[in-house]
Amino acid sequence: MTSGSGLRVIFLREFKSYFATPLAAVFLVVFLFLAGIFSFSMGGLYERGQADLRSFFQFVPWLYLFLAPAIAMRLWAEERRLGTIEILTTLPIPLWQTVVGKFLAAWGFSCVALALTAPLWITVSWLGDPDQGAIVAGYAASAMVSGIFLAIGGFVSTLTKNQVIAFVVTAVACFLVFLAGYPVVLDFFRGWMSAGVVDAVAGVSLLAHFQSLMRGVVELRDAVYFGSAIAALLAATTLAIDWKKGT
Amino acid sequence: MNCVIDASALRKLFGNRRAVDGVSLRVNAGEVVGFLGPNGAGKTTTMRMLTGFLEPTEGRVSLAGIDIDEAPIEARKHFGYLPEGAPAYPEMTVREYLRFVGRARGIASGDLAARLMSVADRVHLGRVMDQSIETLSKGFKRRVGIAQAIIHDPPILIMDEPTDGLDPNQKHEVRELIRQMGSTKAIVLSTHILEEVEAVCSRVVVIAAGRIVFDGTPAVFEAMAPSSVQRHRMDHVFRQLTADATEVQP
Repeated sequence: MTSGSGLRVIFLREFKSYFATPLAAVFLVVFLFLAGIFSFSMGGLYERGQADLRSFFQFVPWLYLFLAPAIAMRLWAEERRLGTIEILTTLPIPLWQTVVGKFLAAWGFSCVALALTAPLWITVSWLGDPDQGAIVAGYAASAMVSGIFLAIGGFVSTLTKNQVIAFVVTAVACFLVFLAGYPVVLDFFRGWMSAGVVDAVAGVSLLAHFQSLMRGVVELRDAVYFGSAIAALLAATTLAIDWKKGT
Repeated sequence: MNCVIDASALRKLFGNRRAVDGVSLRVNAGEVVGFLGPNGAGKTTTMRMLTGFLEPTEGRVSLAGIDIDEAPIEARKHFGYLPEGAPAYPEMTVREYLRFVGRARGIASGDLAARLMSVADRVHLGRVMDQSIETLSKGFKRRVGIAQAIIHDPPILIMDEPTDGLDPNQKHEVRELIRQMGSTKAIVLSTHILEEVEAVCSRVVVIAAGRIVFDGTPAVFEAMAPSSVQRHRMDHVFRQLTADATEVQP
């Protein structure tokens, strides 16, 4: 077998499996429904009188905060509960390819949800003349946030057979990572930690990178942040599976 | 005959508990080994080490001459594995699932349809191929598990209780299948049914408290029972060999 084809086989099975259960329909409907409510009612998409999607993108991370754990919780917990992990990890496919394939399937699925919000984009483009670059950046930033949340969720999901625990722990972990840059969290650290530590905490904050991407400024450090965070989480996932699979 | 499964001095600790304590096993092509032992004796743990799913605390496994620790991917190409409970993805149809395993096992797309047909025919899955696995009876699920293990026609088969949950007719069919395959492959199967050993196995290995306490032919195994025992002679020997060991098991 050529290298990488194992990854593709895993990805395809996993991606299709989302659509084989009611999960896909429920998820997509809830995502689109809430995205609509947030953008129009709470974000005041019309009232602001500006043709852009800022009010939508502002809420996307909050949506992913509980929808990403719902996708990720089954990634590995389900394999262990069913026992299929025994077959999966004894196929002639390197474990890292299995991990990456499953992650990409989950990420792909969350990007499908995101892509289905395109009517919003079409609407504002039709109503006015939005900054298309900012919208593309907004979509990219949203996809990155879901990628990180799913990578966190995939890792947590290796540690338990219980999907509810995986969901709750992932949601809390994502929440903390997301808010690490907020003054609430930083002030808490500022009281008793050195400035270096506070900067480090602010550095892992997803929010800061999300906002910087949202402004349409694609900086190398943001790209490095998202890329390395996902890579590190996937590496941790691979190690955790090796460590936990027999238990 | 060449030795295709070669496990030496396998030891597995879970915390302080010794699940497997120095098991060595060499199996040649053309041998069907019945792996017996009380629950908790270390059968499943040993089989998991043979497939590389679990890493042994000590000891080595080589399959078809390939060390499973040094070249795991290459070694995995040479066996088919039916894990305990015959796990499969419930939402997939039998066809989708077998296609997935076939592709993951590296069968070329052109050959896949033919392989699927032949394997479905061998384990009699024909009429449920397009049914989702969650709707199948226990017997069919077990056969799906066997099908995924043999789809790539591996020289080595490791099966954890292949006939568990099957009715007498299905048991008979699966035993026939194993007997046929056993003429060319190296097969290790675990079972609780001693008559099965007589029916399909050319060799019996009994494990108790993580150690091998018997390794020989079914005839020798049975002959260990005193002549006063008329019925269920194998059961008698099994109890004799494993009774002490099960008592000390936590």
